[in-house]
Amino acid sequence: MMTTLKQRRIRDRIMEGLLILSTIVVLVPLVIIVFHVIVNGFGALSWEFFTEELGSPSRAMQGRPTGLVHTIIGTIVVDFMALILAVPVGIGAGVMLSEYPDHKMNPMLRVMNDTLNGMPAVLKGLLAFVLIVKPMGTFSGISGAVALAFVMLPIIARTTESALMSIPWTIREAGLAIGLPRWRVILSTVMPAAKTGLVTGTLIAFARAVGEAAPLLFTSFGNNYLPNSWTGWLFGPVDTLPQRLYSLAISPYSEWHQMGWAAGILLLGFVVFSFIVARILTRQKFSTS
Amino acid sequence: MSSPAKNRSVTQELFRKPPAMIYRWLGDRIFSTITFILGISIILITLGMAWVLFDEASPAFREFGFFGFMTGTTWDPSVQMLFGAWPFIFGTIVTSVTALGIAFFPAIAVAIYSAEYAPRWLAPIIDNLVNLIAAIPSVVIGIWGIFVLAPWLRDSVYMPLFLWADVNAPGLLPLLGNPIGYGMATATIVLALMIVPYTTALARDALIAVPKEQREASWALGATRWEVIRMASLPYARGGIMAGAILSFGRAIGETMAVAMLIGNKNTLPFSVLGAGATMPSVIINEFREAVENLHLSSLMAIGFVLFLIALTVNLIAAWISRNYSITGGSAV
Repeated sequence: MMTTLKQRRIRDRIMEGLLILSTIVVLVPLVIIVFHVIVNGFGALSWEFFTEELGSPSRAMQGRPTGLVHTIIGTIVVDFMALILAVPVGIGAGVMLSEYPDHKMNPMLRVMNDTLNGMPAVLKGLLAFVLIVKPMGTFSGISGAVALAFVMLPIIARTTESALMSIPWTIREAGLAIGLPRWRVILSTVMPAAKTGLVTGTLIAFARAVGEAAPLLFTSFGNNYLPNSWTGWLFGPVDTLPQRLYSLAISPYSEWHQMGWAAGILLLGFVVFSFIVARILTRQKFSTS
Repeated sequence: MSSPAKNRSVTQELFRKPPAMIYRWLGDRIFSTITFILGISIILITLGMAWVLFDEASPAFREFGFFGFMTGTTWDPSVQMLFGAWPFIFGTIVTSVTALGIAFFPAIAVAIYSAEYAPRWLAPIIDNLVNLIAAIPSVVIGIWGIFVLAPWLRDSVYMPLFLWADVNAPGLLPLLGNPIGYGMATATIVLALMIVPYTTALARDALIAVPKEQREASWALGATRWEVIRMASLPYARGGIMAGAILSFGRAIGETMAVAMLIGNKNTLPFSVLGAGATMPSVIINEFREAVENLHLSSLMAIGFVLFLIALTVNLIAAWISRNYSITGGSAV
């Protein structure tokens, strides 16, 4: 069928219009979600929100001061424990994939890492439940950290691999040529050169894990109160922001709903913050190389 | 930067005293052994996950049989103690497939616009905003869905639709179900929004990887911009786009919190379009904390194992597609 040049140009413009329209349709919900979270949660962000524990529902309904201080501390404790567990293993696996490319284990490792990365987070929670909660006999902060470490691990391994691969092979050859053994080449030249990439990857993994609620519901479980002693953060049930947000949102109390929105502000703020930091770090990496 | 100076001091030190054999040989051995152990622990975790889920699920599989469990339509933890996973498998597949159907074309459109049409200053902004959708925690989208999206959909879409059907097409009513706002349709819409970034990111990568010559050849033949995209870029990027869509499907299958908060949680078939339903992750989330009977716990673990198998299959298919198509550009060229 013959079409004139004019018709073809019109079709080009129509398609461009449709593409722009789709882009707007996809991006509008993002704006709406951020808007509603800020508007609804801002009222609950008070001094008490950061200094008081939650307590029972009656506390909020009678207007006595309640807050999420135990949740905020619990999130920091559990997430950093997870980071401590996941970073050595993830970076080690990334080094394995990038620096020993001929190793027989690597094809297997890559498939298994991608598989672990593709697994729903709720299954990582079930795994941590069976491995830690069942033998210990109680829900605990440590089991939550292990579950989150399973979330972080494959992301750190992948980003480490690609950060190290982006370092030119000549840098390694230079190190070997001046007589450094291979492990010194990796630790003293390749990894410092890839430092920004390693930090960015870890940050991405951390930001992903901070927002996960599913693995925590049956590992760190949740707690309305501050633990009595510091061991409670490790060996007792611990509150974390995403899991608390879920519990608040499905609760029947409107005071708690508003606190849930405020918890949403904290989560969203942290995620957007780390997202921007990661972008800035990556841009620097590209501009210097 | 201190690294040149540091490297120089390292070099000088090496020239002063030649490193001992033990420093080179043993150091390398220790280092590679440590990385090997760290690497193999990831393999062990993944295999361990499969084994642990299967092991915990085995009482349920023994009781009902593997296929009996998969196809069983009754899930009754309170009276009959009968557990069949089919309602949840059905719910997961229906919501995920529909969500992918809703998300696919807008997601590809965003990728095409950002990769081919958008001005240079705008493209990275679009990419970052789309990626930001993926970064929003699932529970935040969930709370927004509970208090904003679901009430709005109920009042502005579901109720008018329901009332219209009540008058004009009563036969449709059982299919539509109860328009309470929390149900399959709402969960699917949210799911579609949440998987758009994955489809877009991979489609965009595939479009950017199309060689310049491929486009230039079409330009030289006098094609318009859309014709270049449709006849040169899209066929070439097809493998990457398909792999991205399948990976997004995998994301949709495993998406837990937002779905659990919005789907209404009903354990018995039949599910209806607007009415409540359930998916595999949502039933685990809702019942695992309250389950006391061993058979109930084991059945939830069995659902986890089935979810593992489905996620594994989807990931392997996506890996296979991207390996076979995106490097060579696919058979369409």
